[in-house]
Amino acid sequence: MSLTSNLSALFGGTIFGAGLVVSGMTDPEKVLAFLTLGAGWDPALIFVMGSAVVVATLGFWLVGKRAAPLFDTTFHAPASTALDGPLLGGAVLFGVGWGVSGFCPGPALVGVMTLDERALLFIVAYGVGVLLFEKLVSPRLQPVVMQAPSAVDG
Amino acid sequence: MNVTLPIIGGSLIGLAAVWLYLSLGRIAGISGIAANALLRARANIWPVLFVVGLGLGGWLAYALTESKPIGVIAEGQAVWLIAGGLLVGFGTRLGSGCTSGHGVCGIARFSKRSLVATITFLCVGMLTATGVVFL
Repeated sequence: MSLTSNLSALFGGTIFGAGLVVSGMTDPEKVLAFLTLGAGWDPALIFVMGSAVVVATLGFWLVGKRAAPLFDTTFHAPASTALDGPLLGGAVLFGVGWGVSGFCPGPALVGVMTLDERALLFIVAYGVGVLLFEKLVSPRLQPVVMQAPSAVDG
Repeated sequence: MNVTLPIIGGSLIGLAAVWLYLSLGRIAGISGIAANALLRARANIWPVLFVVGLGLGGWLAYALTESKPIGVIAEGQAVWLIAGGLLVGFGTRLGSGCTSGHGVCGIARFSKRSLVATITFLCVGMLTATGVVFL
């Protein structure tokens, strides 16, 4: 990878991290206020995700007109289309974990680096969860499901 | 409720995702990037730099908005943070994505997989958080 590619990734991460903080989503209490239905429900996350999706839809459509990205020879979008067990099971487990903690990976990583001790504890357990998957499940998944590291959706 | 900051923040997230696709041709899925930064940094260093950027951007935004949350673990919260971390780490790898990869990038690319995953984790997240209140 060239220096330009690496600086592009650093820049992208910086804008992403700033967006998460500005949107308020780095505060797990705010996320839980959206996920918890009832009195005090906070719809902010809808506006965050909605505006992100609108901007990304337009941007991906424009970028899609190009033959290749700026600093690589090809795009690396995931090709899988299967609605399978791993996808659904993973989404359910993620939903439960998100619902009990108020953290998803992006805000937790920002929290770790801005010394939020809730995020620090979460991310240690998160790392263990990733390693457990990598050691126990990943080798057993069919090749069609398990994509190359560069091709995962998210 | 003030929707200005959520919309500005969300737009920045969208712009960052578009930038990563335009520059590197990569999907800004944080769970995938984090796993590659953790497990495969020697093959590719850019995921590590993206994660470093997340922290850098966070610092900048907190400095500019003077809005840093307290960030202290409340009594009884630790067990939920640990359980949540394990489930989110394992679940996002099994399901190939999280809020960013499926919820933002996948939906923006009209991926049926991502739409189904997003509806699933949003509904399960709401059921869980709402249910936990009654425990």
